[in-house]
Amino acid sequence: MIRKAVNYLGDPKNIRRHRITLWIILALVFIADLLVPRAHVEHLWDKIPGWSAFYGLVSCVLIIVVSKFLGYAWLMKKEDYYD
Amino acid sequence: MTEWLHPSILFIGGAILIPFLRGKAQKGYLLLVAAAAILVTFSMSHGTFWTSNFLGQEIIFGRVDRLSLVFSYVFTIMAFIGITYALHVDDTLQHMAAFFYVGSSLGVVFAGDYLTLFIFWEIMAFASAYLVFASRKREAIEAGSRYLMFHILGGVCLMAGILLHYVDTGSFLVGPMEQNGSLAFYLILIGFLINAAVPPLHAWLVDSYPDATVTGAVFMSAFTTKTAIYVLVRIFPGTEILIWLGVIMALYGVVYAVLENDVRRLLSYHIVSQVGYMVAGVGMGTEMALNGSVSHAFAHILYKALLFMGAGAVIHMTGRRKLTELGGLYKYLPLTFVLYMVGGVAISGFPLFSGFVSKSMVVSAANHGGWPIVALLLTMVSAGTFLSIGLKLPYYVFFGKDSGVTAKEPPLNMLIGMGLAAFLCIAIGVSPDALYGVLPYPVHFEPYTADHVTGALAILMFTALGFFLLLKRLDPEPTISVDTDWFYRKGVRVFFWFVDKPMTTFGNHIGTFFFHSIPSYLIWFSKNPLAALKIGMENVFMRFCRQPRRKQIEYRIEREKAIYPGDIIKPWPIGSTVLWITLVFIGHLLLYYL
Repeated sequence: MIRKAVNYLGDPKNIRRHRITLWIILALVFIADLLVPRAHVEHLWDKIPGWSAFYGLVSCVLIIVVSKFLGYAWLMKKEDYYD
Repeated sequence: MTEWLHPSILFIGGAILIPFLRGKAQKGYLLLVAAAAILVTFSMSHGTFWTSNFLGQEIIFGRVDRLSLVFSYVFTIMAFIGITYALHVDDTLQHMAAFFYVGSSLGVVFAGDYLTLFIFWEIMAFASAYLVFASRKREAIEAGSRYLMFHILGGVCLMAGILLHYVDTGSFLVGPMEQNGSLAFYLILIGFLINAAVPPLHAWLVDSYPDATVTGAVFMSAFTTKTAIYVLVRIFPGTEILIWLGVIMALYGVVYAVLENDVRRLLSYHIVSQVGYMVAGVGMGTEMALNGSVSHAFAHILYKALLFMGAGAVIHMTGRRKLTELGGLYKYLPLTFVLYMVGGVAISGFPLFSGFVSKSMVVSAANHGGWPIVALLLTMVSAGTFLSIGLKLPYYVFFGKDSGVTAKEPPLNMLIGMGLAAFLCIAIGVSPDALYGVLPYPVHFEPYTADHVTGALAILMFTALGFFLLLKRLDPEPTISVDTDWFYRKGVRVFFWFVDKPMTTFGNHIGTFFFHSIPSYLIWFSKNPLAALKIGMENVFMRFCRQPRRKQIEYRIEREKAIYPGDIIKPWPIGSTVLWITLVFIGHLLLYYL
């Protein structure tokens, strides 16, 4: 069963379906996060509707951009650098 | 002595018997010892055991309280899982090293005085180094040597700190350190921070773990950094600098993990990152934060070991370790993929998995303790964690472009080891109360509130969105990233160049000057001092003359040099010498009487 599920996940034919599933999940999570009561929030940003979704996306993009920038500018070297 | 049994005895004492057993008997014995150790730790009661006196100092092998117990639980459980995973290995020495390693980690956890702690601390370093050497490849031997040297440096630091601490306080007993900023305070702290892999002292970890044996790396991922967290919780709670060090290391690991191509080095950078949460928690020092650090250490040991086991299984079955060389393995290793993903989801902190109930405790402690920026940054790190461990690594290993590699599922014992860890990752996530019940302080924290669950899911799922939008940018590249080990890997070459070129040249010049130039000049001079002086004086005189007179003098000097030392007697007959001596005497007489 696990094998079947994993094969379904990995089969290139299903990419379109996966994409739709992802969008549906994102929408559900986003709406759920909007509807949840926030009685005891402590910080300003917690009151912004959709803050978590926004912060997650921004974090991800920021981490990729900053890391790759540092990598290309400075950190990444050929594999035989130390030989 | 009989009321308590030190679990280190089981492992370190038990290790000595391993070489006498072969095959199935050996495997059975390994599992038996690990199971016995779990039984022993779970039936322990609080108290102080196995104390003795050494050179007038109290030595405590068994200080059992809530803090040492919770670490000993997870250490023995982890030992059992790690041994199960390593059962197929027919390398007696490696099993022995693993036993020594586990045993000494437990020794550190139960040590009540600094001397005991230090001895076990050093055994840990050597035993774990063997797990790197055991790969027997050139890179592994080199990385292992660097690992060992760095830990010896840490040990020296620690020892110096312990001795200074003794001079200051007259006691070797382990306990919360006074925040007085003394040299002893910082030396001990640095000794611990090296093992906790806090940048810039972390490079030993990401340098050596990827070169350890497949099974050895599983043990290493669990014990060294987490014993460091244990001693930090024990000795340095509330040391504020640790908050920011923790945040920096959490972000640091995330940045490097994005660039990394080696599967296990990527995971290693996320050890650095995750230990950052624990270090930050120790720095906050509130009961909730310390609980968070300890529970996160507990959860981390299990899911990180699971990730190392999953990655190790791929390396073991394919012989490849780089993302650029892997891909499309989902068809061949579906079980490994699912088990790995349990670890990947757990480390990312998805609800119902262990990371969620432990990581959120540290973040909440930061929120409650008045460090909102710390909480925000640590939340950002959890996005980065899911990005690298939960998305990038599995995507490029199991999916992505097909690398044409085929493989079979790993041996049953490896799958069982992974299955045990995966089960615990889920069990802790589903019912966290069992873990919360053994934490050092009473827990007033409920992870499963509606806003917390949806918030975490939103962060993680929108991270996934970012990942798929920027997928092309994340394609792994066959590179390595320079880290602070540059200073001792390249730095050592600069040092040797400096010794070889400028220093040696300078040294040679000194040698030539003192042992060649000066003596040969003196010899030359003594052959005919007067003629030599004359040449010297003419040289000086020449410099004040203009052309063409200068040319004449130059020519004369040349001629004099050519015939030097020449006829010493001829230009200075004895008569004139006598005359000069007489003049000197007269001068002397005059001076004397004046």
